[in-house]
Amino acid sequence: MNTPSPHNHFEKHQHAGLSLTAEELIRTQVALVGNPNVGKSLFFNYLSGMYVDVSNYPGTTVEISKGRFGEMDVYDTPGVYGISSFTAEENVTRDVVLRSDVILNIVDAVHLERDLFLTQQLIDMGKKVSVILNFMDEVRLRGLEIDTKLLSSVLGVPVFTTTAVTKEGFDAIPEAIRQARRGNQDPDLHHRLHGMLAVAGSEAEALLILEDDEDVAARHGVQPGGEREEMYVERRNRVNLVINAVLSERGIQRRLSTLLGRWAVNPWTGVPMLLGALYLVYLFVGTLIAQDLVEYLETNLGNGLWEPWIRGIVTQSIPADSWLGTILIGEFGVLTMTVTYLLFLLLPLVIAFYLSLAVMEDSGYLPRLATLVDRSLNRVGLNGSAVIPLILGFGCVTMATITTRLLGSEREKRITTAILQFAVPCSAQLAVIAAMLAGAGFTSMLIFAGTILTVFVAVGTILHRTLPGKTSPLLIDLPAMRMPRMDNVVRKTAFRTYFFMKEATPWFFVGALAVGIMQITGLLSVWQEILSPFTTAWLQLPREAATAFVMGMVRRDFGAAGLYDLPLTSDQIVVALVTITLFVPCIASLMVMLKERGAKEAMIVWFGTWVGAFLVGGILSQILI
Amino acid sequence: MSHIPLHKAKRGSILRIEGIPEGKNRALLLRLGILKGEVVRCLERLPGGTIVLEKNRQEIAVGFTLASTILVAVMTDEH
Repeated sequence: MNTPSPHNHFEKHQHAGLSLTAEELIRTQVALVGNPNVGKSLFFNYLSGMYVDVSNYPGTTVEISKGRFGEMDVYDTPGVYGISSFTAEENVTRDVVLRSDVILNIVDAVHLERDLFLTQQLIDMGKKVSVILNFMDEVRLRGLEIDTKLLSSVLGVPVFTTTAVTKEGFDAIPEAIRQARRGNQDPDLHHRLHGMLAVAGSEAEALLILEDDEDVAARHGVQPGGEREEMYVERRNRVNLVINAVLSERGIQRRLSTLLGRWAVNPWTGVPMLLGALYLVYLFVGTLIAQDLVEYLETNLGNGLWEPWIRGIVTQSIPADSWLGTILIGEFGVLTMTVTYLLFLLLPLVIAFYLSLAVMEDSGYLPRLATLVDRSLNRVGLNGSAVIPLILGFGCVTMATITTRLLGSEREKRITTAILQFAVPCSAQLAVIAAMLAGAGFTSMLIFAGTILTVFVAVGTILHRTLPGKTSPLLIDLPAMRMPRMDNVVRKTAFRTYFFMKEATPWFFVGALAVGIMQITGLLSVWQEILSPFTTAWLQLPREAATAFVMGMVRRDFGAAGLYDLPLTSDQIVVALVTITLFVPCIASLMVMLKERGAKEAMIVWFGTWVGAFLVGGILSQILI
Repeated sequence: MSHIPLHKAKRGSILRIEGIPEGKNRALLLRLGILKGEVVRCLERLPGGTIVLEKNRQEIAVGFTLASTILVAVMTDEH
């Protein structure tokens, strides 16, 4: 048999049952499982330390982290509310749980109602479970009391308490893993499982089949059990009983975090809060990073140090004006421009954006923002969750296009990608746009913003009306607003930045290579020739603007910057900027779109932006000029 | 007591869930503890009908399209 080793390991466990001896265990497989935002990754970091292997789960785009702790392999799973297969994340968590020996279930002690459903389900699956109640500090602050001894005896598994912020209780985590054991299943459930056990091979899988998990049923060639509803209701009732028994309140205090949470979703207070948050992000990313830091890095390190140095090395063996020289170290050289762009422009911006996102996420603000804008986004066929990629798009459209993965359906991914590629200017471009519009005056600014917003809404609305299917509704839990923990924010940012760079970097090189080849073969100037009549007659712009549009295909800011030096009237500035904003995305984001959305869809969007940009820009020109 | 769709609930009102349509969303709601007979509070109603519910200490946002399919009975009015 040619199955990978974890699978062999898993099968051995199945056949050996769950009473494992030391020899049978090569390495104990431990899964950290919990609802979203319960601080799981902090426990994972504590256990795994430096030795972390983060990868996409086979066959999916869901990230999974694996670490080592002594004789154990530890897995961090995506946060879920239950073990089932409603989303790609759930599929991954389900499969990791199925193949694990021990489940360390992290529970938000403030939200027992929500979290214990998953806990009871893990116990019902017949897994060895240990429960960790996290956020005990907040439990105390809110005047709640949890009888952990009683909870442990009702569930039949050990219960430990921690405060992740101070790492209080963390030293007991190894003990928690060691003591993990099978908990108290419902006696009725036990009988029901028995019937399915012969088919499924393990209690865990038998349970999932009974609960209508189609994937697991299909793996065993049986029909789903059709008992999901009944079993969920029973489990819910059981959890409610447990909570009534173990939880007592000493009067709920309305703390600042609760108030902030309420304000964030109320439009009267939420919109000013959003504007405030965006302004802070703008100050940080737009001013500090994009202007000051990037300018310094790009000019001094990129153009000043790196490019002359690499040119010097390359020209020792390859003449600068040869075709290979043009590709390697020319104007759009793979070794010159691309390296400078990636390291000194894109990397700082991506870090800054992911940092802002992580702060918003860990503070509990992001789900509230999604709630606030849900109804508005419904109009363009999206739900509130799409606010994340859309905001990221103003940083880097390539990064945002990758982030569309977190959306619930193909339809929503499709609409969001199209909006991003058509109507969202990335930060590289925004700086130039802002500078040019500032010179053109306030009216020009309004016309520009109004036109782009109209296109944004139009693209979304048209797709929403024409694409089959329905928008998935918003249904999210709003976790308490908390002060984000800095080390977690930094770690998240580092992971995401690493992944983005790993995935996007090759495409930037491929893009530069393609443009280099176009330059050598003369295709680039042919393209400029083709575009120039459109530019002069239809858009009523100087002939040179055509060059800027072609440059925009390489790097969007190149396009915008190419317009900077042209003598343009205010109206011409608006027309030129609208056209270049709507015009094709940069070559890296085209590549990522090809990968994420497939060739056909990517090409439709790409050519669509050509038509859209020249159509809207031309109409605007005919009206204004 | 008359039943209304959830998206029409008033802010601050106490509601009893009376009906949730079949399908995937029903299972998702079930897991969050929102099922027939449960009593919840409407914490916020945004313009357009996005609803924020409170059940014990848990806050759940329900989009308009889903909220409009859930039937509730209003147990108190105004708060």
